[in-house]
Amino acid sequence: MKSLEVRGLRKSYAGAEVVCGVDLEVAPGECFGLLGPNGAGKTTTLRLCLGLSDPDAGEIQLLGHAVPERAREARAQVGVVPQFDNLDPDFSVAENLTVYGRYFGLGRAQIAPRIPQLLEFAGLAGRSEAKIQTLSGGMKRRLTLARALVNDPRMLFMDEPTTGLDPQARHLIWERLRRLTQEGRTLLLTTHFMEEAQRLCSRVAIMDHGRIIAQGTPRELIARHLESQVVEVHGPGVEAWMAEAKTRASRTELAGETAFCYADEVEPLIASLHARPELVYLHRPANLEDLFLKLTGRDLRD
Amino acid sequence: MRSRYALPALSLRFVAVWQRHFLVWRKLAIPSILGNLADPLIVLFGLGYGLGAALGQVGGSSYFGFLAGGFLASTTMYAATFESLFSAYSRMHVQKTWEAIVNAPMTLEDVLAGEWVWAASKAFAAGVCLLAIVAAAGQASFPLALATVPVAVLIGLTFAALGLSINALASGYDFFSYYMTLLLTPMMMLSGVFFPVERLPEAVQAVAWALPLYHGVELARPLLAGSLPAQPLLNLAVLAGYALAGFYLATVLTRRRLLT
Repeated sequence: MKSLEVRGLRKSYAGAEVVCGVDLEVAPGECFGLLGPNGAGKTTTLRLCLGLSDPDAGEIQLLGHAVPERAREARAQVGVVPQFDNLDPDFSVAENLTVYGRYFGLGRAQIAPRIPQLLEFAGLAGRSEAKIQTLSGGMKRRLTLARALVNDPRMLFMDEPTTGLDPQARHLIWERLRRLTQEGRTLLLTTHFMEEAQRLCSRVAIMDHGRIIAQGTPRELIARHLESQVVEVHGPGVEAWMAEAKTRASRTELAGETAFCYADEVEPLIASLHARPELVYLHRPANLEDLFLKLTGRDLRD
Repeated sequence: MRSRYALPALSLRFVAVWQRHFLVWRKLAIPSILGNLADPLIVLFGLGYGLGAALGQVGGSSYFGFLAGGFLASTTMYAATFESLFSAYSRMHVQKTWEAIVNAPMTLEDVLAGEWVWAASKAFAAGVCLLAIVAAAGQASFPLALATVPVAVLIGLTFAALGLSINALASGYDFFSYYMTLLLTPMMMLSGVFFPVERLPEAVQAVAWALPLYHGVELARPLLAGSLPAQPLLNLAVLAGYALAGFYLATVLTRRRLLT
């Protein structure tokens, strides 16, 4: 049985369709990434899957329960890390966990023995009495993650779990998420950090304008849609050099002042660049971000 | 598909929401009670003894005794109103506490029922405190005066339900001042809190009879003075009707705001 199965999901707000026929499958134990620019419909899709809003059409099965009809039963086995922290500012760190456990029907006696473990996991051991206002952004995120684990969930929903965090805090969250997958929990996360998706996710779906436009493992998606290598070039005269680049790369693109050249064999490009010392270049393997930009375009989204 | 207009599906899960609010309140209980009671007490003692000295007897008792019954009703009304407007709005919109709760196996109805009963609990606390103070001033007649406590709870449920409906429509804290100034303050003037409704023109009296606070005062004043209200079943039925219809309205409006 799949952990999450979604068929033909649709949702409109005020006449505008924001989720337009989404199909998704998440297998037990996998870390699945839902990627997309702002406004692609990622958060709405998560809300629908959790039964927090009713779809206009489509079927959802979450951990074997039909949603929204049996969303309460489904959510009892799910943990949620929302996009914006909504920890209770009136409570201490430990009280946040105790009170949240009550919403799952867990009494103090059931939660109290788990609190040290959860705080250890969140890197907040010894801070159980700290006030929420005294925590850094990274600490709050980790506490939110620990709070999502009070019910020992089989599956976690995370909406942009590392947005707004510094690299140290982000790496710590990544490490914790890997630990959760190793424990056999299923993860569904949304992100627009391609690096995050590439590091964590066994499978990803790219969503834009309410539709899934590509789905697979990061490696297979890159192989399917892109050349293996990228050379990024900038500097005076880069536009003039483009004509030459076009003959040596399978695909080129000029974004502002920077040329992106995609090729499986990059030696001809590099040779041409050696003749032009004024141009600065970076040679790297193609990644998920290249794929994302190819599929969703370089235009700004707000 | 769940309809927006379906009756609220209530479950005992709301107790967890109530407990959350209680736990927060317990940390600030003393300043909270003093803050809620200071204003009505100053007015009650100021008007009751000050104006009372000039007025003599009103409605067959001292003006202080007359005013105490009205104030018991209006103070509980305000206690439930503040909680269901400003505090509920903070939890719904500013702190996103409601959002955190419904990510657990809780429904919006559980959250609303928790808010509703909690706001009525604040009314209960305000009613008990006021009763104790009036009793200490020798103006309460026991045991019947004790019956004002369940009346305070019912008034609390009524105005909490109305407050939660307003909360679901609010665009910010400023929105609440319209409700308080344009609806609650005139209602207090018309409901017999400060002076007997019989002194008003008949057309205005008819308006007063339709107001929930009037029925709260009609119950609280005689009970506090140790006599039975004239039409207790009618008063109870009007308050309960407002409370239930108000909670249904709050459910529908909150669904419209948060579930679409």
